[in-house]
Amino acid sequence: MTQTEKKQETVRLPGFGIPALLPYLKPYRALLFVMIACGLAGTVADLAIPFFQRYALDHFIGERTTDTLFSFVLFYVLVLLFQTGVNFTSTFLAAKVEQRVGRDLRRASFDHLQTLSFSYFNQNSVGYIHARVMSDTARIGELVSWSLMDGVWHLSYVIGAIVVMFRLNARLALLVCAVLPFAFVLILLFQKKLTGFHRKIREINSRITGNFNEGITGAKTIKTLVIEEKMSEDFRTDSSEMRRTAVRAAHSHAMLWAIITFASSLALSLVLWQGGKLTMENAMLLGTLSVFTSYAMGIMEPVQWIVDALSSLINAQVNIERLIGLIRTESDVADTPEVVERYGDAFSPKKENWEPLVGDIEFDDVTFRYPDGEETILDHFSLKIPHGSSIAIVGETGAGKSTLVNLVCRFFEPTKGRILIDGRDARERSQLWLHSNIGYVLQTPHLFSGTVAENLRYGNPEATDEELWQALERVSAAEVVRRMDKGLESEVGEGGDLLSTGEKQLLSFARALLADPRILVLDEATASVDSITEDRIQRAIREITEGRTSLVIAHRLSTIRSSDLILVVDGGKIVERGTHTELMAQNGPYHALYTRQFEEEGTERVFKEKAKGGETPAPAL
Amino acid sequence: MKKETRTKTKGKLKLVRRFLSGSARWFLLSAFLALFTSFAEMLTPQIVRFTVDGVIGGETEGLSSAALAVADRFGGVAAVRERFWLIPLAILAAALLAVGSRYLFRLSNSLGAETLVKRMRDTLFSHIEHLPFSFHRKNQTGDIIQRCTSDVDTVKNFLAEQLTQVFRIVTLLVLSLSFMFSMNAKLSVIALCSVPILFFYSLLFHRKISASFRECDETEGKLSAITQENLTGVRVVRAFGRESFEQKRFAEQNEKYASLWVRLSAVFSFYWGSTDLIAGIQVMLIVLFGAKFVLSGEMLSGEYIAFISYNAMLTWPVRMLGRMIANLSKATVALDRIAYIANTPEERDEPDAGTPDLRGDIVFDHVSFGYEGKDELLSDLSLTIPAGSTLGILGGTGSGKSTIAALLDRLYPLEEGKGRITIGGTDIKKIQSKWLRQNIGFVLQEPFLFSRSLKENIGITRRDPTEEEIRRAASIACFEETADSFADGFDTFVGERGVTLSGGQKQRAAIARTLMSETPILIFDDSTSALDAETDAKIRAALREKLRGTTVILITHRVQTVMHADRIIVLDRGRIAEEGTHETLSAGNGVYAELCRLQGEKGGAE
Repeated sequence: MTQTEKKQETVRLPGFGIPALLPYLKPYRALLFVMIACGLAGTVADLAIPFFQRYALDHFIGERTTDTLFSFVLFYVLVLLFQTGVNFTSTFLAAKVEQRVGRDLRRASFDHLQTLSFSYFNQNSVGYIHARVMSDTARIGELVSWSLMDGVWHLSYVIGAIVVMFRLNARLALLVCAVLPFAFVLILLFQKKLTGFHRKIREINSRITGNFNEGITGAKTIKTLVIEEKMSEDFRTDSSEMRRTAVRAAHSHAMLWAIITFASSLALSLVLWQGGKLTMENAMLLGTLSVFTSYAMGIMEPVQWIVDALSSLINAQVNIERLIGLIRTESDVADTPEVVERYGDAFSPKKENWEPLVGDIEFDDVTFRYPDGEETILDHFSLKIPHGSSIAIVGETGAGKSTLVNLVCRFFEPTKGRILIDGRDARERSQLWLHSNIGYVLQTPHLFSGTVAENLRYGNPEATDEELWQALERVSAAEVVRRMDKGLESEVGEGGDLLSTGEKQLLSFARALLADPRILVLDEATASVDSITEDRIQRAIREITEGRTSLVIAHRLSTIRSSDLILVVDGGKIVERGTHTELMAQNGPYHALYTRQFEEEGTERVFKEKAKGGETPAPAL
Repeated sequence: MKKETRTKTKGKLKLVRRFLSGSARWFLLSAFLALFTSFAEMLTPQIVRFTVDGVIGGETEGLSSAALAVADRFGGVAAVRERFWLIPLAILAAALLAVGSRYLFRLSNSLGAETLVKRMRDTLFSHIEHLPFSFHRKNQTGDIIQRCTSDVDTVKNFLAEQLTQVFRIVTLLVLSLSFMFSMNAKLSVIALCSVPILFFYSLLFHRKISASFRECDETEGKLSAITQENLTGVRVVRAFGRESFEQKRFAEQNEKYASLWVRLSAVFSFYWGSTDLIAGIQVMLIVLFGAKFVLSGEMLSGEYIAFISYNAMLTWPVRMLGRMIANLSKATVALDRIAYIANTPEERDEPDAGTPDLRGDIVFDHVSFGYEGKDELLSDLSLTIPAGSTLGILGGTGSGKSTIAALLDRLYPLEEGKGRITIGGTDIKKIQSKWLRQNIGFVLQEPFLFSRSLKENIGITRRDPTEEEIRRAASIACFEETADSFADGFDTFVGERGVTLSGGQKQRAAIARTLMSETPILIFDDSTSALDAETDAKIRAALREKLRGTTVILITHRVQTVMHADRIIVLDRGRIAEEGTHETLSAGNGVYAELCRLQGEKGGAE
């Protein structure tokens, strides 16, 4: 069930994935148009600048006159200002497009994730999805702005320079162009090599981080086994490989630049050779020669940038495919159009049409298999849970206790059969309607970064401070919050990390209580907490299950014994069902499980009671 | 105060020196090559100048003497004009020189940089492994990793890339300026005007912008955290039906992040645009005044063209220089963060610590201990474990039972006056920690397996373990069959990037790993807790068979695990509450007896 990555969702897209991105670029058509236009205008200015030098050489110096000096300066300054203006506009617009497209893609993927079913989250790790939302979007944003801009700038410069050179002198222009293809092929070759090295460097880098992680989290083991030297030695193998690869990458990079520089010099020498001759024969003016030398020197570097933009386009395809794959993944738990019509969707509910929920749950001949699993987990399973009753689900860790809960919450749909809520098929009403009536308390309580109040209001956004305190009071958590420096406004840290597990547990109870759900799902914690907190948790559980239909994945004997019905799960399937007394009499898996639980809880109790007794001397008999 | 910062700076410098050993020579070489490269790059404009003025223009005055000297070797200016192909050849030769030395510069620089970063990483890793265990207890993993990765990169970038670049930039600046001055001093002064403007502008800009960068980073961090929390808390989000709330929360932060960047980009675009403009105006002034000087006869056309080329070399380095100086503070902060680790002293043995035979009795003599800043966990504990016997320690959570083992392995040193621990009469303080730990096999409560194959994990303490030895250890730990049941057998890759083992499988693998080195002392710290009673019993029976003569300490809360021990103590909040054998204790009416009843162990032997 908890397999990571792979599966479906890697789509293949034509045209490097660009067509699939078009809808996201459409709102910025105008911006992109202006950006490209300014880019082209910038190139024109770049190409124009050498002509001032030419004019100065041929007119001022060649003809020994300064008659046009004023208009020369004026024109020069105007071109400079024009260049600055269009360059500013194009770079700023590129940044804007980058950010806006990135933002839209992030938002689209995040919103879509809110509607995807749990099978998606089971198949893809959090890290994988996170990378799609945060890095792929950034990469695509960069592609459609900066890479595009680079392409436009440098391609237009190369083309523009070639055109101008041909107009000035075709023979010299041909000489410069002859160098270009060679340079292009060589640059392509080394760029490709470089990309390979960079990939490898990233790989080794993550291995090195992994090594550090292992060396630190495993410090105790490493010390007790006295393998510090071995670990350091193994680390050095990786860091040496890193050094080797990085140096090779640097070599490729240096070669790349050497090629560009040398190609420039080659073009320059050709121009000077032929152009010099022409100038000596007075067939060409000195200024024209100087324009040629400028272009010959300047034309090689843009080639490298064109290659760079091309390789970004190719490399970004995988990012586009993964992101579009996410956005196009369809949820396998979806409300029908009729249901959405009547009850609204996840983002805009039509609460006026919502019926109140009573809390009767019925499994009606349900057969279930996880979408990515092979095995049938429930086979024609039927069970009626009248409202207000309590169900305990027990079994070994990893036995598949959450399946029933997943079905009741509609995190998954039955493969066959129906689940009835208050006598009607769950699919007849919206997911949000059901979820708004379900309270959910996790074994590892999940809090969001923010204040205590914000977390509590997650259960009920409209709750007043007073109601928050009431809820805290009822689950015996008021004291905990009062002790914090800012009370309800205290920060809980990322994932609630500033609180202890027990405190998080209590706050998540209060949160569930505020939601005032008709159905309560509770995954009891197994983690050991101190005895005072333990007592509080016990009381809180009794408080919040009171008067609600409750499904408890149970670990505590008190919960188990007093449940209306106990379901025993093993290997994903329900192997026994009945009340505590009935099941104990059967002497089956439940009996074994209960005995062990009894033993463990008893052992801790014996140690604790002994500890209490140790304080006061035993009364003399 | 002042003195403190001085010693701190000194400590940092010492650290930099330590890291630089091995790479310093590459950096020296690259500095030399940088100088040579810059010089070679100065040649081309000179050739162009000579071509335009001497060869094409036919001037005889105002040519550089060096160029004339070279031309004379080929028969003088006139001869060169006849054989004009000499010019492009000269340009190619100069280019080859420049390209070649620049290539070598980059290569030696990268060799230096990578040697440096490797040394930093190696030093830090090995240092971390040798730090006292209390360091790991005190510091968060994520923080330490960040110091060892991104801070190392920052320092490397600064020392290796930027610092050598600075050197290259300065030489380029000095050389091009001196060439310019040699041609025309007045024009050079005009060119020089823009240097301080660009430099201070760029310096100020990069100083100012760093705060905005931090703000962007923080916003991104928050956005990333919202995504992370939404994904890990997907069940809570759905179960409370708060999709639209999450959507709004994300959208707000997303918007904030994007607009911050757009604003920052506007500032950046302005900076680039304005510096380009300054540079452009400077070029214009050179073109203009240059032309004037040529007209007035102070300069030749070729000189003019060459001068413009040199001038173009000025702008980029000056801008870079400002940026680098602004980055200096970033590198200093990163270095501080690394120094925090590197300057924490490693675990050290006392100078007279030895390697005695550890087959003796273990004695805890009035030992008291508490973790730093916490209450005392063990109080005045005295205990003797005769060599070759088995001791069972039974206790609840927080009774201090694991601490006994950690102290014996000297993971934490005992404070002066808080008792002592001896093995065979030698205080463990006087035993080399390496020797001590090599002689104590310690199976931890939470087994940690490394990202390697099972075979490598089990044999990790040995240089070249044979397959047979590994199988033997695995079979005692009841792990052989389990390992064979995997598709790749003992070659199965485990850990973070491999197969996930269950708690019980991990524990058995850890036991096998410890058994690979035959130590005179063995500690099992709750290391069979995830195993069923049957497997637990089987492993202990196999151990009893194999490990005659070994001193064994069993720590647990299960009666079954310790009942066959030679002696059993029940620990309660750092004190021995009960002591005896299974027979004596189970016959009494203490905690042990109650646990026996509860856990269904009736006393008696097998």
